[in-house]
Amino acid sequence: MIIGGGVSGCGLAYCLAKRGFKDVVVLEREYLASGATGRCGGGIRQQWSTEENTKLAMESVRLFGQLDEELEYETEFEQGGYLILAYTDQEVEQYKKNVAMQQKLGLDVRFIDPKEAREIAPHLNTEGVLCATYCPSDGSANPFYVTQAYAEAAKCLGVQIELYTPVTNIEKRGGRIASVVTSRGKIETPLIVNAAGGDSVSLAKMVGVELPIVPTRHEIMVTEQVEPFFTTMVISFKHGVYFRQEKRGGILMGYGDPDERPGFDITSSMKFLRTMSRKILNLMPALHRVKVVRQWGGLYDTTPDALPILGPVDGVEGFIQINGFSGHGFMLAPKVVDLLAQLITGEELDLPIDRLHMDRFLTGEISRDLSVV
Amino acid sequence: MTEDTIICRCEDVTYGQVVEAIEQGFTTTEEMKRMLRCGMGACQGRTCGRLIAQIIAAKTGTSLSQVPLPTSRPPAAPTELAILAGTPHEETS
Repeated sequence: MIIGGGVSGCGLAYCLAKRGFKDVVVLEREYLASGATGRCGGGIRQQWSTEENTKLAMESVRLFGQLDEELEYETEFEQGGYLILAYTDQEVEQYKKNVAMQQKLGLDVRFIDPKEAREIAPHLNTEGVLCATYCPSDGSANPFYVTQAYAEAAKCLGVQIELYTPVTNIEKRGGRIASVVTSRGKIETPLIVNAAGGDSVSLAKMVGVELPIVPTRHEIMVTEQVEPFFTTMVISFKHGVYFRQEKRGGILMGYGDPDERPGFDITSSMKFLRTMSRKILNLMPALHRVKVVRQWGGLYDTTPDALPILGPVDGVEGFIQINGFSGHGFMLAPKVVDLLAQLITGEELDLPIDRLHMDRFLTGEISRDLSVV
Repeated sequence: MTEDTIICRCEDVTYGQVVEAIEQGFTTTEEMKRMLRCGMGACQGRTCGRLIAQIIAAKTGTSLSQVPLPTSRPPAAPTELAILAGTPHEETS
C-alpha cells in the first residue's frame, strides 16, 4: 500500500510491479502529481555537496535517459545543463570541494569563467560573478508526464491506483502496520509506504512516529513564451534563485524565501511576485518587458540535512518512508524508487541507503547538503 | 465542432485532443490543464476554461456546475517583469 500519487509513489509502484510484487495499491488524495511533484520546477541536477545526493542524482539521470523507451511515454527529458554561479570566495572554496567530489564520482562537471557563462546563458548579468560550475548532462523533464508514465506502466502490470481517496487513519496492531482507513473504507495491509510529501508528517503521526520534516511553501512563476535562447538552468545560491527557459519558451523561476514560515499554506503571494521579479531583472535585465503569466506554490518537505528519509523506521514494523526530499524529490525519483523496490522485495541494494535512514537524526551526526535553493 | 476545432488558442489544443483525454480518464479541468497545457498559455484559460468544462460535462454526463474550473492564479493579466519589480526602465519601442 503506497500513500501518495506523486512521482515517488507511482514510480515505486511501477518498480515493485516490474519485480513481480503483487497487490500494489496507490492511494492518492486528489489526482496524480497534484502535490509537490506537479508543482516543482522540473529541473534535474547532479551537482550536490553530499555524495549521497550526487550518487542518487547521477543514477537518476541515467535512468531518466531510458525512461521514455522503458515506459513508452514521452516525458520531455532534456539535458540542457545546469550553471551554478559563484559570487564569493567562500562559494568558490565550497564549489572546489563539490566539483572534486563530483568529478571523482564521474560527473561531467567543470569550472568555467564568466565569459563562458554568458555564452551558455546569453544576456546573463555576470557582474560580481567570480566563476561558475557547469554540468551539461543536468537537465529537466515534465513532472506530470513522468508521473503519468510510471502510473500507466504500473497499471499495465496490475497496480491499482485510487484517486480522490484521502487517508484518514492508519491502524497498527502489536507494533505492526495493520490497516489503512480511507474516505472510501478500510483496507487491511501489512505494509505502508509513506510517499505523501509534506503530508508525510501527518501520516507518520497517525502511528506515533515523529518525522523531522518541516513543510515549507516554495513559490514559482513563469513568463509568456519568448524565442528560446538558452537551455541551461541557472542557479545562484547567494541570491537563492534558479531559473530556466522551457522548450516552449516560457521562463520559469523560483527562489527560496528565508523568511518563509513552516506550514501547509501553498497560496500565491504578492511578495514573491515582486521579489522574484527584482531578482531575475538583476540577473537577466534584458527580460524587463517580458510578461509573467502565472505563479503558483508548492510544499518542500524539508529535513535538517536536506537529504531524504528512506526505508523503515524503528518502532513500527511495515512502515516505509520515501519522503523528506527537501525540494528535490522529482530529480532523485528514478533511482530512489528503484532502491526502495529493491529494499521491499528483499534484494541486495546496489547503492547503500543506510545513511538516509530515519535513525541518523537520533545520533546527531548529520552532514547537511549545502547546495539547496 | 469537429476533431480539429481549436479549443485552446494559446496552446493549440483541439476538440479531438480534449475528448481523447476525457476518454483516458482525465475528467477534471485541473488534470486537463496539466496534460494538454490548455489554460497555461497567455490567456490562462480565460478563453478555453469554460469550453473545456462544457465538453467534460457533456461527455461525462454531469452538469456544468459540477465541473469546477482550475484554480485561478495571479497575476490577473500578463504583467511585465519591470512593472512587478517596480523598477523604472527606458522605453525601447
